[in-house]
Amino acid sequence: MAGQSDPHLSIFSPSEVEFVAEDEIVEIVPNIRMEALNMICGDFGPFFPQIASKVPLWLAVALKKRGKCTIRTPDWMTVDSDCLIAYLSVLLLYIFMVLDAERESPKEFQPLPFHYIEISKLLFDHARDDISDAYLVRSLIEDIRDVRFHKVETGLETISGRTHAVKLKNLSAMEVNIVRPFMVRTLQAFYKHDSPQMIQQTDNTERSKAQFGQLQIGQELVPSHCKFVIPGCQKLCSLQASSRHSISYS
Amino acid sequence: MSSWEDDDSAAAAAAAAAASTDVELLKRAWRNEKASPEILRFDSPLVSRVREQIQLLEETLDDFGESGVDDLVVSLYQMDLDRTLFLLRSYLRLRLQKIEKYMMHISKSEDLLSRLSQQEQRFAKSCTEMMEKHLEQSVLSKLPYGYDSVTRQSLSSTEDDMGISFDLIIIPEPQLDTFVFCKTKSDVGAFQLDDIGEEVVDLVADDLYVLRYKSIKGLVESGQIDLI
Repeated sequence: MAGQSDPHLSIFSPSEVEFVAEDEIVEIVPNIRMEALNMICGDFGPFFPQIASKVPLWLAVALKKRGKCTIRTPDWMTVDSDCLIAYLSVLLLYIFMVLDAERESPKEFQPLPFHYIEISKLLFDHARDDISDAYLVRSLIEDIRDVRFHKVETGLETISGRTHAVKLKNLSAMEVNIVRPFMVRTLQAFYKHDSPQMIQQTDNTERSKAQFGQLQIGQELVPSHCKFVIPGCQKLCSLQASSRHSISYS
Repeated sequence: MSSWEDDDSAAAAAAAAAASTDVELLKRAWRNEKASPEILRFDSPLVSRVREQIQLLEETLDDFGESGVDDLVVSLYQMDLDRTLFLLRSYLRLRLQKIEKYMMHISKSEDLLSRLSQQEQRFAKSCTEMMEKHLEQSVLSKLPYGYDSVTRQSLSSTEDDMGISFDLIIIPEPQLDTFVFCKTKSDVGAFQLDDIGEEVVDLVADDLYVLRYKSIKGLVESGQIDLI
């Protein structure tokens, strides 16, 4: 009971998250001719010079490293269209959020690819020359990352004992991985201290000190009653339990 | 489980199988296994299919070496092979780690044992036996009667002086109450999070949630939801 779930078992390492991201499909323009590749992870090609083709990111990077292709920048990583709009709206939302921090406004994340951090990192590392305005795009993505992470952090503060489910629409894989230990342990701690068993135990010990003689009756009642209590309503539980007691004693 | 539900999950599984490759399915199994606190069902057909494909590709690569195919193509196939091998090894190793950690707990329950592959069952069994033997020889045989059980702290600890039942079991068990990150694949609709129906969440397709593992266990098993 005391042990938290082992963090090493359940958490992906950053390189594992990157491994998963490498299966995302990107578009390349090869400069060589190559037969179709029938791989375990799928069939790709055939490839012809100057004709765009869709391949997983790892394959694109491997070809790029050998100078056999250029990688087309995904739409969301280009400055003129979606990215800038996303960036601006994130900024706007951010300002809005800070202003409105006291009220519980829905803190939405902008839709971005699930693996946007990993994809952009891999592309910047290996295909920098294929990205137009690489410098600007890079700083924009870093800004977006910061703003989004700040949102996650403020989101963490709103978790309370009554939180049984958290919805994180559009949160990306790497962000999930970073926030996972905090999130899980917080929710777990709240859940544990709100659980009926915990309340029941403290209830029992208090009672056993106060009314030792009449304990036999009380004990049977409290646990069976507590099963139906909503976790998170500690006060309600102890009130009801004691009212049942007074009935049984009278 | 009713037959209707069985049909439903079978249909969902069939649809998923048609839509994605075996590697994709293995990757999902790997991610679910990594994120879930307890051990999940072993998909023997899937793993043997992936094994076959790996073997086939290894043979093809040998042929390539002899027939002098372009080095680039060979290296690309080699990368594909390495990636699949990594995934499979990581998946199997992960399961072994879990079995090692919860071996006593798993070998007690028929349901949990049935989730393991035959090799894993053998591993769990021999592991448990060795551990018990070791504990027996090194410590337990020197303890007085009542304290010499592998599974209980002491015989008397099941009940304390007040008659309150405290099961002081010292076997590590997976904590099913923990919270997990998950992603819905399709609309699940209003989903009840606890037994009393107080907490209901509307699970919309392709959304990300943090939920208690215990409450979504069924959805993970039927493949409606993915852990991440």
